[in-house]
Amino acid sequence: MCRLALKTASKPFSPFSVLTAMEAMQEGYDGSGLGLLLRGLQFADYKYDAKDPILSGIAHSEAALARLDQIMDKAGFTLKYDHEFDVKKEMIEAKDRFKYVLRIYKMPTAWTKLAAAEKEHRLMLTRLALRQDGEAHDDDLTAFSLWPDVAMIKEVGWPLGVGEALGLDSGRIKARVCMAQGRQNTNYGINLYACHPFFIQGIATMTNGENTAFVPIKDWLTGRGFPGYIGYQSDSEVFAHILHYVTKQLKLPLETYKHVITPLKNEELANHPQGDFLRGLRDACRRLIIDGPNAVIGTLPDETCLLVMDAKKMRPATVGGKPGEWAIASEMCGVDAMIPDRDRSLDFQPMREHTVIIPPARQELQIWSQFNRLPIPQAA
Amino acid sequence: MVSVQSIANTPSSLTPNDLPWIIDHNEERCTLCGRCAAVCPVGTLKLTYMRKRMPKLVLASSERGSSYKTFVGIRQSTEISKRCIGCGTCSMVCPNEAIRPLPNQARDRFRFLNTQQGEPVKRGGRRNEPGPNLLDRIIFDRISMLTDPALDAGRHEFSCNTLLGRVLPPEEYVRRKMAGEWIPPVREIFPFVIGSMSFGALSPNMWLGLLQGVAYCNEVLGIPVVMATGEGGCPPWVLRSPFLKYIILQIASGYFGWDEIIRAIPEMQCDPAAIEIKYGQGAKPGDGGLLMWFKVSKIIARLRGVPEGVDLPSPPVHQTLYSIEESVMKMIQTMSMAWNFRVPVYPKISGSTSAKAVLNNLVRNPYAGALLIDGIDGGTGAAYHISMDATGHPIASNVRECYLDLCAQGKQNEIPIFAAGGVGKNGNVTRNGMALIMLGASGVHMGKYMMQAAAGCLGSEADRCNVCNIGLCPKGITSQNPKLYRRLDPDLVAQRVVDTFMAIRTEVKKIMAPLGRSQSLPIGMSDALGIDDKAVAERLNIRYVC
Repeated sequence: MCRLALKTASKPFSPFSVLTAMEAMQEGYDGSGLGLLLRGLQFADYKYDAKDPILSGIAHSEAALARLDQIMDKAGFTLKYDHEFDVKKEMIEAKDRFKYVLRIYKMPTAWTKLAAAEKEHRLMLTRLALRQDGEAHDDDLTAFSLWPDVAMIKEVGWPLGVGEALGLDSGRIKARVCMAQGRQNTNYGINLYACHPFFIQGIATMTNGENTAFVPIKDWLTGRGFPGYIGYQSDSEVFAHILHYVTKQLKLPLETYKHVITPLKNEELANHPQGDFLRGLRDACRRLIIDGPNAVIGTLPDETCLLVMDAKKMRPATVGGKPGEWAIASEMCGVDAMIPDRDRSLDFQPMREHTVIIPPARQELQIWSQFNRLPIPQAA
Repeated sequence: MVSVQSIANTPSSLTPNDLPWIIDHNEERCTLCGRCAAVCPVGTLKLTYMRKRMPKLVLASSERGSSYKTFVGIRQSTEISKRCIGCGTCSMVCPNEAIRPLPNQARDRFRFLNTQQGEPVKRGGRRNEPGPNLLDRIIFDRISMLTDPALDAGRHEFSCNTLLGRVLPPEEYVRRKMAGEWIPPVREIFPFVIGSMSFGALSPNMWLGLLQGVAYCNEVLGIPVVMATGEGGCPPWVLRSPFLKYIILQIASGYFGWDEIIRAIPEMQCDPAAIEIKYGQGAKPGDGGLLMWFKVSKIIARLRGVPEGVDLPSPPVHQTLYSIEESVMKMIQTMSMAWNFRVPVYPKISGSTSAKAVLNNLVRNPYAGALLIDGIDGGTGAAYHISMDATGHPIASNVRECYLDLCAQGKQNEIPIFAAGGVGKNGNVTRNGMALIMLGASGVHMGKYMMQAAAGCLGSEADRCNVCNIGLCPKGITSQNPKLYRRLDPDLVAQRVVDTFMAIRTEVKKIMAPLGRSQSLPIGMSDALGIDDKAVAERLNIRYVC
């Protein structure tokens, strides 16, 4: 089992506090690893401009690091800041980690005049080029993300231990959004790419549970021919890609995500104000219907956070907090540990039809139901 | 020695032991009621007078040594045309269990002689290959043991329906919907479809029973079952009834019945479920439909607009058919237009190594609603034995390679592939159907299985009965003779249709639940399949298990 924790706050906090909070849920996980995604970053040693892309990954050898530099140079990126983790190597299980990469770059000057979508596409292609290069060299280079204001860490080991080993407890890095997950993909061979959260073009999700519809969904996404729809070392990676597909490719509002992964039944659609549109959407996106017990927690580039359940609500997840500070966790005790001083009567456990959205302003939770009207223009 | 001339000895002479089925008659139990002889569809049983010698020892020369006794008994004809077909109707009517046909355990000689007057064997049924087929060997082995709670087939809600019709890519759907443009019609149906069996091939009572059962499944049980008509039209009252929405109308190369259908369009209360254009059939690829003259009764003649009692062979090709592209262009669009683009239209083809080419043409036609591929094990009401047994392509690999081809193009959700041909051949209808679905089919068609399950068809792959072609069906399923089809009570057929679909639905859930699937039919979930044959596993791209 894995346990998930997300904290979002207007005031940057140390991700280590989230790792500590995860300890509260330790009975539920095997502690085989840590996956961490941070947004709204603040560095003690560097004044970060949130428009600059950050590369996160691991170079497993000196040669890999050199190739990384070459690829980034060739693409036109200029290194602005290289975050040196205070690594305590003896605390890390894996022995082939040459360098944990968290580097801030200046966007290539040649891209200045490009449209935002084109820049985003090129950032993704650069990340994929790094990944591909690593795969071609015996997996000696792992690239998790290359995106403005997103940092990712994935490592094998007990989550708190990994945090300490990387010196996250020093408070040198703070963030406004932290997604944390406490497990490697121990069901199969461990592969760092298989560890949640998953990331694509600014969109990230992490999931609890098993996605039994994985293969047909993967087959369909792969068939889109979109370069970023690759990987799938974990059945949960498709949740991130579907969110990307719905919001970036179909350009539908965030609320539609839930309608795509867990569409309403016919009799429910018959009474829905946009039932006709949604029924057609269900047909068109039929291969993206998820199955299995899942709680999906996601974050978007604008620091919006969300939580949705599978159609039968077979996984637990709770959200709670107060204006300016919210937490989502697999278990109530996880929320307690992250935000103890909140009004617990306002905690919410979403049901099958809900999408919990924490907007970037973080003043309130939006609990959106599939039975509500979607914010889309009236279909002709 | 007896002279040769006194023995019936022609090249085609047979003894009962040379026949495929041998009548086992117990004279001691026989009451000589004669029902077996009266009911035998092929007239193989004769109630005859027979004489036997009663020898006795006589010493006096004035008395004759033997006397003769006359008695009444049953004889099995050894004439080729009257050989026992093994249907067992005699056993069914015998009050005393005194008679039954037994399969000839030796190799019969009949098969070498069943070409009298130069006519090769024609029959109904399907490929005579008994025993488990490939689909019977596929198991569902990806049991979802990682997660708890697992699904409960008895209590959870399952969505087991499928889509029939062209589905747009999501981007195009959203664009058209916002612009108010045409969206192709899509039907949500139960993935097990009653395959094409024509009104003509089937008796009126059988047809009525199926339709009643289908209507009950839809309207009372909420199982959206649809049935296909086969070539030969549809009874006029059905065309004008609200039940038409459960019916897939087939148009085939003879266009039989379409005059009646087109005329009924203005009076239709609802649209049909879909239109199926038959280009080929798994049981007899390259052959058109065939309704033999025995079955062209008054009502069939009226419906098809032909004289009574003539053979009705449909040509192997459509008259419009220069190529499948042309056909797709002309027929699919014409049919779509007839119902103002509100009805899905799709072709049915024989399983073939060229199926992928047909599929790829359909992919490029925005009006094509699906592709139905009928494999070599498909059934028919009438075909040459050689076509049925030796011509065609097995369905599993055909569907699989078509599906994977669509996947490579990212179009597997746009053109649903339906599979047919031997689904439920050995009674494992849900198992076979779900295996095909996980290989990539959106649903399956089953004809022969429905005759067996809903009406008690006696036919088997050991060449039992299989006389659907000559209208002598002992159960009244495929006969147009009122004396025969009155044996079949439509209400009871309807009841069995309902039993069958309820059972299939439960079994579908019993397969889906352990796989952790409940939200959508697991189309293409090939990771759930395993087979104990390496070569097959490799060919189908599924897991080899042992």
